[in-house]
Amino acid sequence: MLKIENLQARIEEKEILKGINLDIKPGEIHAIMGPNGSGKSTLASVLAGRADYEVTGGSVEFLGKDLLELSPEDRSREGLFLAFQYPVEIPGVSTTNFIKTAVNEKRKYQGEEPLDAAQFLRIMKEKMNLVEINQSLLSRSLNEGFSGGEKKRNEIFQMAMLEPKLAILDETDSGLDIDALRIVANGVNQLRSKDNAFLVVTHYQRLLDYIVPDFVHVLYNGRIVKSGTKELALELEERGYDFIKSEADQAV
Amino acid sequence: MDAIQFFTDAYAQQSSSLHLHAFQQSNLDAFSTMGLPAIKHEEWKYTKIRNLFKDGLTYTPTLSNSEIKFQTLKGTEEANRIVFVNGLYNAALTHLIEAEGNIVVKPLDTAAGDEDAELVKKHLGHSKDYHLDGINALNGAFAAGGVFIKVKPNVVLTQPIVIYHVTDNANGMIFSQPRILGYLGKNAEATIIETYVSTGNSESLSNEVIEMCVERDANLLYIKLQNEGAHSSHTGTTHIRQLEKAMTQAITISLSGAIVRNNLNMIMEAEYGESHMYGLYLLNGNTQVDNHTIVDNQMPHCFSNELYKGIMDDSSSGIFNGKIFVRKDAQKTNAYQSNKNVLIGANASANTKPQLEIFADDVKCSHGCTIGKLDEEALFYLRARGISETNAKALLLHAFAGDILQQIKYEGLRTHIDELISERLSFQI
Repeated sequence: MLKIENLQARIEEKEILKGINLDIKPGEIHAIMGPNGSGKSTLASVLAGRADYEVTGGSVEFLGKDLLELSPEDRSREGLFLAFQYPVEIPGVSTTNFIKTAVNEKRKYQGEEPLDAAQFLRIMKEKMNLVEINQSLLSRSLNEGFSGGEKKRNEIFQMAMLEPKLAILDETDSGLDIDALRIVANGVNQLRSKDNAFLVVTHYQRLLDYIVPDFVHVLYNGRIVKSGTKELALELEERGYDFIKSEADQAV
Repeated sequence: MDAIQFFTDAYAQQSSSLHLHAFQQSNLDAFSTMGLPAIKHEEWKYTKIRNLFKDGLTYTPTLSNSEIKFQTLKGTEEANRIVFVNGLYNAALTHLIEAEGNIVVKPLDTAAGDEDAELVKKHLGHSKDYHLDGINALNGAFAAGGVFIKVKPNVVLTQPIVIYHVTDNANGMIFSQPRILGYLGKNAEATIIETYVSTGNSESLSNEVIEMCVERDANLLYIKLQNEGAHSSHTGTTHIRQLEKAMTQAITISLSGAIVRNNLNMIMEAEYGESHMYGLYLLNGNTQVDNHTIVDNQMPHCFSNELYKGIMDDSSSGIFNGKIFVRKDAQKTNAYQSNKNVLIGANASANTKPQLEIFADDVKCSHGCTIGKLDEEALFYLRARGISETNAKALLLHAFAGDILQQIKYEGLRTHIDELISERLSFQI
């Protein structure tokens, strides 16, 4: 589904990704862990198409297409979803109107008729239950004045509405209390299928108790320095990132 | 030809006024002294008004025929309609649906000689004290072709009064000078909407003065909608006086034009008055819109709130100048002003200037202005959800304009303007 080969990227003059290799297949959940500043969020941003980053080498193939050639909107319409670490507050744009626009643009791209008001409402109700999000929240301006937990739930709700093939959760757990974390994870687990995949970017192991990954990768200094199964996350939790750092630094 | 000579000749040729002769003559004299404002005039720094008075501009202030066809304003199908053609009040096209006796609409020249003569004498020309620039005087010299509107005390108009300014420019360039004097009696409530339409695409310039007086506890909502097209220029003064404690609100929406200058004055002459001013200018091409506002707080305990927002695309330019006077006696004044601009065109520009002149010592006044671009982070967020760049920009700009649009309480009109904006921003699914 997603094949990243030797991906390198920088922001301004600073090299951040120094050769990432990653292969994600349908039905899999991959976790990317790593200390602060290792490049986790950069990887998520580059995949979603944020313009601040310049890709200086390597390739990314997504469902047979060259992902890096696509605009951010086309990446989304092709089935890529980024749950933002810091969802943006947009006053004056109602959440419902925003999601309706997004859903219908995707349908148009795929050659489908736009949803009418009744169809949209029915699907929305269904997905709202999934992520335990309240109607009153969706009537408000997009993320404006939302608590941290509400913003993250809104991200998962948008994901549910857009039904992506590959969802990247960029530190979705940061700033969440245990109840919010449970709701978010529960939403993700219900959306899991053999056809879609998840890339969970996180600093802590805690989220992975709820969203159990098939593979765990440790990103350090712009490279994946260690890959393993979910036991690796537990080991990191126990030993911290220092042993990874020293191993990696010795190897260089 | 020299403008002073040109208009002196036109003045001599206009059909003689019955009751406004002295008023017109004094204005012509003032115009002859001042002429048209040059750009060295601080108030006209950005608006090159002289360039608009070019050769070939026809000015024949005589009543044109009534056969003229024009598009009515969507969303205001049920309304009292007052029509000007080429700057002259046209009684034949005017149509009132309000019960007779609730409102009075008649030629200004007539009003100056009947039972309303006192009102006309007292209030006509009050705006000139705020605009010593020749342009206001030029309109005054031809005021007899204007209209007088009176809403009787305690009357609440169920439908708005829509004033159509029709420019019959199908056969050449037109200069027009509409003049309106309005009066809201005690405890009356009315909405006045001004809109501008033309029959052709020749260049045109309208120089308008509307003066409104509002009595105790009356409530005036005034909406000015400009979307006449790139060929039309406009200089207009909306002068609203609160004679006693009242509530006035003005919404100015400019969507197109060549060179547009809007003066808006809120004259707070009594204690406890309240006024609101909203403006939206959404410009493209080479359109220039210059909004000058004045709030003159003369007595204590008045409240005013002002919010103007501009979106400039292409090579358009938006200018905002907001003056707030707080006179010596106007203690406990609350006056707020804000002007926000978004530049989306590579050659677009915005100029903004708040001017506060405060002579009282116990007041609350604030002002703020911003000029910026669209929030890149917000834009990326929308695009990352599959929304095209054009639609994402449209959503953000629409939201930006929303603060102003939501002030329009007539749903039909609000929807119409909303659609004009969506169309302009090319929003589509």
